[in-house]
Amino acid sequence: MIALLDLFSIAAISAGTFFFLAGTVGLLRFPDSLTRLHALTKADNLGLGLVALGLIPHADSALSALKLIVIWVLVLLSGGSTSQLIGRALRRGRK
Amino acid sequence: MSLLPILDVVLAGLVIGVAIFTITARELFASVVGYVAYGLLLAFVWIRLYAPDVALTEAAVGSGVTGVLLITAGKRLGALKNAAPEAQPGFAFKLLTGVLAALVASALGAVILMLPDPPPSLAPEAAAAADGAGAGLGNPITAVLMSYRSLDTMLEKIVLILAVVGVWSVGTDKAWGSAPAPLRQQEPYAPMVFLAQMLAPVGALIAIHIFWTGANAPGGAFQGGALLAAMWMVTMMARLTDPPRIDTQWLRVALVAGPAVFLISGLAGEVVAGAFFAYPPSLAKPIILFIEAFMVLSIAAALPMLVAGPPSERPD
Repeated sequence: MIALLDLFSIAAISAGTFFFLAGTVGLLRFPDSLTRLHALTKADNLGLGLVALGLIPHADSALSALKLIVIWVLVLLSGGSTSQLIGRALRRGRK
Repeated sequence: MSLLPILDVVLAGLVIGVAIFTITARELFASVVGYVAYGLLLAFVWIRLYAPDVALTEAAVGSGVTGVLLITAGKRLGALKNAAPEAQPGFAFKLLTGVLAALVASALGAVILMLPDPPPSLAPEAAAAADGAGAGLGNPITAVLMSYRSLDTMLEKIVLILAVVGVWSVGTDKAWGSAPAPLRQQEPYAPMVFLAQMLAPVGALIAIHIFWTGANAPGGAFQGGALLAAMWMVTMMARLTDPPRIDTQWLRVALVAGPAVFLISGLAGEVVAGAFFAYPPSLAKPIILFIEAFMVLSIAAALPMLVAGPPSERPD
């Protein structure tokens, strides 16, 4: 059971770091700000979500597991909202 | 674990790299963004130095609130630049500034190099004192801040109030007493309003948690207060609320409440426990938390007022 949980953690965190890596590559390689924004949100949403998911089996208590989820949800909220704000600033700049 | 030292070296290199970028960036905005990133990296450095309390403060104040302050200041500077033709400083003036900066930097460097080995430290004494007067607090940092170095902690808050008074006094005579200009001029924007409505209640709760847990774990009044201040700023940026008039009674009471309660408790300590800023050991924890609660209030009121700026004449 423990080994199975460890395996799950390794798989989830590896997948999470893959998204962070892909997001970083996109941030550096994509041609304009809107596509870079797209790359960034993948890292934030999926990458952090998977890392948090992988850490949950190793949390000390149910409360710290819940805190991990809360952190992810807060990052989702702020990430989504700031992308909207940056996107609007870009659209205004173009006009 | 041979991986951690490599990570530390990479982190240190990143900090220096971002610091150089911040200084050399040609654009003001890029420089501010660099400074915010620098603050967040420094927070990681503090975590690696096993100082989570300092890391929290660095992230909340050094990077977060200061970042907002700098962006706002940059915007105002930009507006000034458009209004008046810029007078370029002469070569001699630039040279003098450079020489002075180099002097200060080398003096600081010399002081650090001339430190005796081992460096003088009050840490053991402070830790011992924290065990005494701050007994009941599981977090030695809070114990030291609130009972061993309580005068310093109180004066810090007074400095904050002086800063707010300084900002207010920049406004014109006619504007005195009125409200600072709103943080954003444009109409409310739906995603920003959504963010403020979702984030502010959660953020306020987390701020109170950080303050409360500061008695026993990393956290405390300054970190909690800064987070609460940030939540107020978010709601002001979404135009859900505008900065209050600076002659409002509650605002002024909130600003001075922290240092005032601290000072009164300190004076009461003179009578009850026999020394200025001494607490009766059995009541130390409730008294410290009581004082800290008012300090949270003062910090949460002072920081947004620094960002909001001087009172403005416009009737809005």
